[in-house]
Amino acid sequence: MTPLLQVRGIEKRYGARIGCTGVSFDLYPGEVMGIVGESGSGKSTLLSCLAGHLAPDQGQVIFDTRAKGPVDTVTMAEPERRMLARTDWAFVHQNPRDGLRMGVSAGGNVGERLMAVGARNYGQIRSSAEDWLGRVEIAADRIDDRPAAFSGGMQQRLQIARNLVTGPRLVFMDEPTGGLDVSVQARLLDLLRGLVRRLGLSAVIVTHDLAVVRLLADRLMVMKGGLVVETGLTDQVLDDPQHAYTQLLVSSVLQV
Amino acid sequence: MTDPVTDPVIHLEGVAKTFTLHNQGSAVIPVMEGAELSVHAGECVGLIGASGAGKSTLMRMIWGNYLAAAGTILVAGTDVAKAEPREILALRRGRLGYVSQFLRVVPRVPTLDVVAEPLLVLGVPEAEARARAADLLARLRIPERLWSLSPTTFSGGEQQRVNIARGFAHTCPALLLDEPTASLDAANRETVLGLIEEAKARGAAIIGIFHDEAARSRVCDRVVNVSDFTPKAA
Ligand SMILES: Nc1ncnc2c1ncn2[C@@H]1O[C@H](COP(=O)(O)OP(=O)(O)OP(=O)(O)O)[C@@H](O)[C@H]1O
Ligand SMILES: Nc1ncnc2c1ncn2[C@@H]1O[C@H](COP(=O)(O)OP(=O)(O)OP(=O)(O)O)[C@@H](O)[C@H]1O
Ligand SMILES: [Mg+2]
Ligand SMILES: [Mg+2]
Repeated sequence: MTPLLQVRGIEKRYGARIGCTGVSFDLYPGEVMGIVGESGSGKSTLLSCLAGHLAPDQGQVIFDTRAKGPVDTVTMAEPERRMLARTDWAFVHQNPRDGLRMGVSAGGNVGERLMAVGARNYGQIRSSAEDWLGRVEIAADRIDDRPAAFSGGMQQRLQIARNLVTGPRLVFMDEPTGGLDVSVQARLLDLLRGLVRRLGLSAVIVTHDLAVVRLLADRLMVMKGGLVVETGLTDQVLDDPQHAYTQLLVSSVLQV
Repeated sequence: MTDPVTDPVIHLEGVAKTFTLHNQGSAVIPVMEGAELSVHAGECVGLIGASGAGKSTLMRMIWGNYLAAAGTILVAGTDVAKAEPREILALRRGRLGYVSQFLRVVPRVPTLDVVAEPLLVLGVPEAEARARAADLLARLRIPERLWSLSPTTFSGGEQQRVNIARGFAHTCPALLLDEPTASLDAANRETVLGLIEEAKARGAAIIGIFHDEAARSRVCDRVVNVSDFTPKAA
């Protein structure tokens, strides 16, 4: 089987400061990888490099495209990368305001993504939007409301609907359940799990919440100071951590 | 060549385990060496040994959430000691089941779905998966009115039975059971022992930890004392 994503030696510096360095891994179709690590360890930087939001200083991000097979997205032409970002990738931001258009209705937020990939039939766009709002448990009578009128948890679910409506194969998420209260997090987790299973999505999820990764991620990568210090099966890394930093991380939470 | 009739389903050789506690003066704790074990189809082997001898540790190395320091851990064709994470995940999906001591689930997911999930992941149609889950929950005496609720608020004994139902939902060729009868009443204990006997009858290779001696002698064909694998003091 060809990996969906092959990451090779990614490095990103901000001047003299290291964002992340020497990151390599393969992600296979249907796999969910979690990234954990302390604040400033380079998680968001890495995710931005993978999703094409930041240009890495070194390394390759090889994505298995539908048309041409594995292609390095770092060196591909900008329009081609933008097309991938609209069709095959999704990016769920920690703050829904970064991933939504706050002045556009909920239905419009979802429909807009479809139009960006060429959908033109208004009726079809509206019914897809309705379908996806239903899947993320937003009532049909809220379709014309603006996200500003939604709670944080609803905004986050709307962001997920907006991202998934185009049927991406790879989803990047930066702290998707951060800033939400525990019961809302649980709903979102349940939703994400179901979507990953039914749609066969692959995902890379950054979070500081070890309980979230245990339930959502197949594999785990632990970062510190821009470096990956440990990787493995999620429950193995959490139950039998090998690196000093991971041991500290795991022992400093009550129970995961 | 492997022979499914005579080759063991689970086969361990030279398995060792050491814990290094980096944040406690880098203490190195050897807990096991030279562990050997073979379990054939239709057989149940009990792990015995004093508390702290390493029964759970050995079971976790087979499941793959503890890393083996050395040796071979062949389970239904996969060497867990050397396999890539995704190979271990594939093993767990179809060939290796585990009833751990505690239930861990996504909050809010109904009990029926928690039990059906291992089947859904394998692509079993929803109706069939739910029917199998319902059958197991009924046998384990979880009242039907609880099936639509998340097990997170259930009693300890109820959670354990949900965990057992989930572990037996898919008929795996290899099965690990960590204290499956602990804290169950007589009727449910009987049901669980029945499930284990049925699994053996259909050819599952089972490793179990049972503090309940009567249960152990009823379902285990033989026992292995993990104290035999305790490293000799240097
Ligand atoms: N735009 C930037 N300019 C300069 N330095 C930056 C920039 N963005 C990030 N950094 C630095 O790069 C390092 C990694 O930051 P990054 O945001 O990737 O961390 P993180 O792991 O996502 O942290 P958090 O958990 O707090 O979100 C930090 O030292 C940070 O200060
Ligand atoms: N994650 C861990 N980190 C450090 N040491 C561990 C870890 N897990 C187990 N150990 C140690 O390994 C040894 C074996 O423990 P294990 O839990 O396997 O024993 P057991 O035979 O299952 O005991 P019990 O009957 O009490 O459940 C013990 O000394 C224990 O402290
Ligand atoms: Mg960040
Ligand atoms: Mg134990």
